This record gives sequence, structure tokens and C-alpha cells, in this order.
Amino acid sequence: MAAMGMGARTGFKRDKKAPPPKVVALDGVSLEIQPGEIFGLLGPNGAGKSTTVGILTTRVRPTSGEAVLQSNGTSIDIWADPVRAKQLIGVVQQRPNLDFALTAREILLFHGAYFGMSSTDRQRRANELLEQFQLLSRADDLTRGFSGGMMQRLSVARALMHDPQVLFLDEPSTGLDPQTRLMMWSIIREYNAKGKTILITTHNMDEADELCHHLAIVDHGKVIALGTPRELKASIPGGYILHLRFSAAPPELMERLKQLPGVTEVRPAGAPGSAEQTDVYADRGGALVGDVVAAATACSAELHDVHISEPSLENLFLHHTGRSLRQ
Amino acid sequence: MSSTTQAFSALFARDVHVARRNIVTTVLQTMLQPLLFVFVFGQVMTRSGMMPASYKGMLLPGIMAISMTMTGVMTVAMPLIAEFQFTREIEDRLLAPIRIEWIAVEKMLSGVLQALVSGAIVAIPARLLLGSDLHLSMEHLGMFFLVASLIALFSAAGGLTLGCSVGQTQIGLIFSMVLAPMIMFGCAYYPWKALESFPILQKLVLLNPLVYASEGLRGTLAPTYPHISTPIIVAVLAVVDVVLMVVAMQRFRSKAVS
Repeated sequence: MAAMGMGARTGFKRDKKAPPPKVVALDGVSLEIQPGEIFGLLGPNGAGKSTTVGILTTRVRPTSGEAVLQSNGTSIDIWADPVRAKQLIGVVQQRPNLDFALTAREILLFHGAYFGMSSTDRQRRANELLEQFQLLSRADDLTRGFSGGMMQRLSVARALMHDPQVLFLDEPSTGLDPQTRLMMWSIIREYNAKGKTILITTHNMDEADELCHHLAIVDHGKVIALGTPRELKASIPGGYILHLRFSAAPPELMERLKQLPGVTEVRPAGAPGSAEQTDVYADRGGALVGDVVAAATACSAELHDVHISEPSLENLFLHHTGRSLRQ
Repeated sequence: MSSTTQAFSALFARDVHVARRNIVTTVLQTMLQPLLFVFVFGQVMTRSGMMPASYKGMLLPGIMAISMTMTGVMTVAMPLIAEFQFTREIEDRLLAPIRIEWIAVEKMLSGVLQALVSGAIVAIPARLLLGSDLHLSMEHLGMFFLVASLIALFSAAGGLTLGCSVGQTQIGLIFSMVLAPMIMFGCAYYPWKALESFPILQKLVLLNPLVYASEGLRGTLAPTYPHISTPIIVAVLAVVDVVLMVVAMQRFRSKAVS
């Protein structure tokens, strides 16, 4: 597997015969994902993340644009040769979609058989995965009664069964308890360490920050920012937030804080009418604390507490869209 | 083996495995009603003298036609309705390295086999229930198998079309609005000729493929009873099969790729 690139322009250059789509889900999205990286699509619900995954996994036909996988130097147009594309990919959908007519083990065995694995390989690999995903004790049960976490684990195990070159995970940790989420992250990292390419969609900033080498932030079907998590966070002006608590906060102190170099906004954060708790938005973190103390002393106030929030993807999303990711 | 052959046989093996696991439910779902009908009409009514004993030979081909059609339709349509809409179970199979069209063909093939098996299964207890004075002809076995295969294909392709067209909330409606009239006006319990006194109805029921299934099996298994000529049956069933297969493929493709 070499590189994977994809460009999907939906809503432009439409075929005249085709009816216009009712909703433009993706609008000029163009991404290039390098081999062996974990690439994240971060955005709120309805941003177009799942549609992007759908196009790259042969499930959603784009109205225009192209989607290409590269394997050993050959380019595979996903929509011209979906069978070859499907051989190279593994997909974990947002909603569990396990075969309820089969047991956990049978799900893995049949999945392996769809991909032409030999019977011995299938048995061995299924056992390994059931053990790795802590599902051995329920291996021979039908999956209908499985908990959400178990279903999600089995879905990932199934996607890994045929050892795909590119793994797509659509919101893999939604609804998982923290322990299972950490297990999932370590499995994703481990698989990536084998040189596999992983595309993950999430609306969880910690997940994106923790796992991804590169990120695209998407909203309303458009890419609004692209880069490494560090680059993206550094790109926000005034990305730091200083949460301050003073003994007293006269209006004069507020004015002095606003005039400090690098401060973009000063906002009361405590109970209405009290200014003892104040948030300062600035382009520096710790370096500003000395100036804050000096300003407080000049107004006969004392700084009691300070907490510094580093630039975050949440702040970045807010900066670009004016909305929080959770909205 | 090419990836298509491998994936196709694995998908088929999966369906056979599931069908074997669900055999009791399938039998109860599709065959209990026809067997009860055999008992009431073939035994109760004939022994009490309310129906002539010769009715038995007329009834058996119709019962086989209903069982085969219902099995093909139900075993293909019912899981698909849930798999496409609610459980989305089919997604894993749609991602198998094989063209979407082959997955539709595989679904139909498994429906065809289940319909044929159901025809064979229902014939045995029905034969026992109807007793020794039932006379079936074994002279047209070749034609019988041809008609039976065409019926199985029509039921599987019909099941695939229904399964890709009906919403989960409309399942009840399909039973009462489509399947029930189809069975009652499918010439399973009476020959098509019996509708002569209802000339409009007699023409209208020709739109119902089950009529050709019942009449076709009657013409090959019990040709002494009145029936539509078998070559006509074969031609009509072949056309119905082709049309339903084309529609089913289109519906499946549009369901599988949005």
C-alpha cells in the first residue's frame, strides 16, 4: 500500500442527466492520506465525515470527483474497480452491523472466507483476534445479546480479520466506556505500527489529538483546516486561556489586563456581577503570568489561583466556525 | 479460484448455514398453514363427503406451489428488509471483494434452493395426510422439474424485489394486501377453469404469478385435472422470472449503494 488520495467534489460539475442531490453532503473536499499514517476527520455530526468514508469504501457513490487507492505503485480507482478496492480495505461502521444470525466466531470465520482465507488461517486468526479483543468467553454465542462495547470490539476484530492495508473507523469510540476506549486506541496504534494506513472519523477532540498524525477538520461538507494536531493548535491566534482568580477585581484591573501584550479578550467567569474569577484569552500561557501578577499588585489585588488551558482542537473549531464541536 | 468465486461460495455457505440453523422457524412460518389446509380440505371435507375424494389430487400441486412461493419470498425478503434497514447486517457482505450484482445473484440462488427444498418437504407430509387414494402422474417428471425451477426462481427474485422495496413498517400491510389475495386467487385450491363463472376475475388473476405456478404443477403432476397448457405456463414463468430478476437487481443495487 502506498498512498491514498481522494478528492470528492460534490455539487459541482454535475452530470446534466443526474438529478441534483437533495443535500450537498460534501463540497469540494480534497484529501491526500499518506501510507502508514493515522489520518483523522474531525467534525461535528452531519459534517460529511461518514459520507467521505462511504465514498472511499464503495458504499456512497459520489456525484462527481474521484477516489483513488494506491497499492504497490498501482492506482486503483475505487469506483472503477470496487472489487480490488474492497480487497484492500477494512471498515468499521459507526453503527454496529454484526451478522445476528451468526456467533462471534462464525462472524470472523465467514468474513475471512469472503476474502478467500484458507480454513486454517481463518481459525488461527479468529482465535487470535477473539483473545486480543477479550471475546473468547463469548466466542460461540450469537451476538444479539452482546453489549454495545462487545459489539464494537467484534466489529473492529472483523475488520482486521483479512489484514487490510487501509482501515476505516467511523466514530470507533462512540458509546464506549473509558477502559474499552483506551483498549481500542492501543489496538489502533498497534495496527498502525505494522505500517497500515488508518482513517478515523471522530467528533472527540481528545481522540483526534491522541491518535492522529494528520487531521482534517470538516464542517458542512468542507475542509476548514488541515495539518498535524500540533500545527493546527498552533495556528489559532490567542489559543491559550488563563483561568484566573483574584482576591478582588476592580474595573481598573480588568482594563490593565486587556492592555497586556498578546491578550485578545478578558471575560468574567465567576458568578454574575463578580469579577474575582476571570478568563483571559491570549497568545501566550505561562509567560503572561508575571505580567498578570504585576497588574494585580498595581491595583492592590492578589492573584489566588491560575490555570492555563493550552491551545486545543476545540478552541480551533470554535475559532473557525464560531461554534463548539459539541453543539 | 478468483476472488469472485471464493466470495460467492463463502456467501452461499453463510446462507446455507443460517438456513440450516433456522429450519424449524422457516418450516413453521411457511409450511404449517398449507399443511393445515391439506388436512381440512383433503381429509375433513373429503371424508365427510362434502368434497369428492378426487379433490385431493387437485389440491396437492397447489399446496406445493404455495409452499415454494412463500418460502422463496419469505426467506429472501424478510431478512433483507431487516438487514438493509434496521440491523444493517448486510454491510459486511456488501464489503466482500465481489461485485454487488453477484451478491444479489447469490441471494436469489439461496432462495431458489430453499424454495425447491420446501416444495419437496411439504410434499411428503401432504402425501401422507392425503392418503392412498391420491393419484399423481410421474410421466412428465422432466417438465415438472423445469416448472418447479421456474417457480423457485420467480419466488426468490420476487422476494429480493420485495425485500429491497418494502419498509419495515409495511411488512404487515404486505401480508394482508399482497400475499393473502395472491394465495386466495392463486388457483392453488381450485383450477383456473373453476373461475369461468367469474369472467372478469378469471382474466384479472392472470396477473398473479402464483396462478401459473399452481397450474404448472397441476399440469405436470396431475394432468387429468383441468389446467392451463404447460408450454404457455413455461413461457409466462420464464418471462416473469427474467423481468423480476432485472427489477430485483436494480432494486438491490440502489439499496446497496446510496
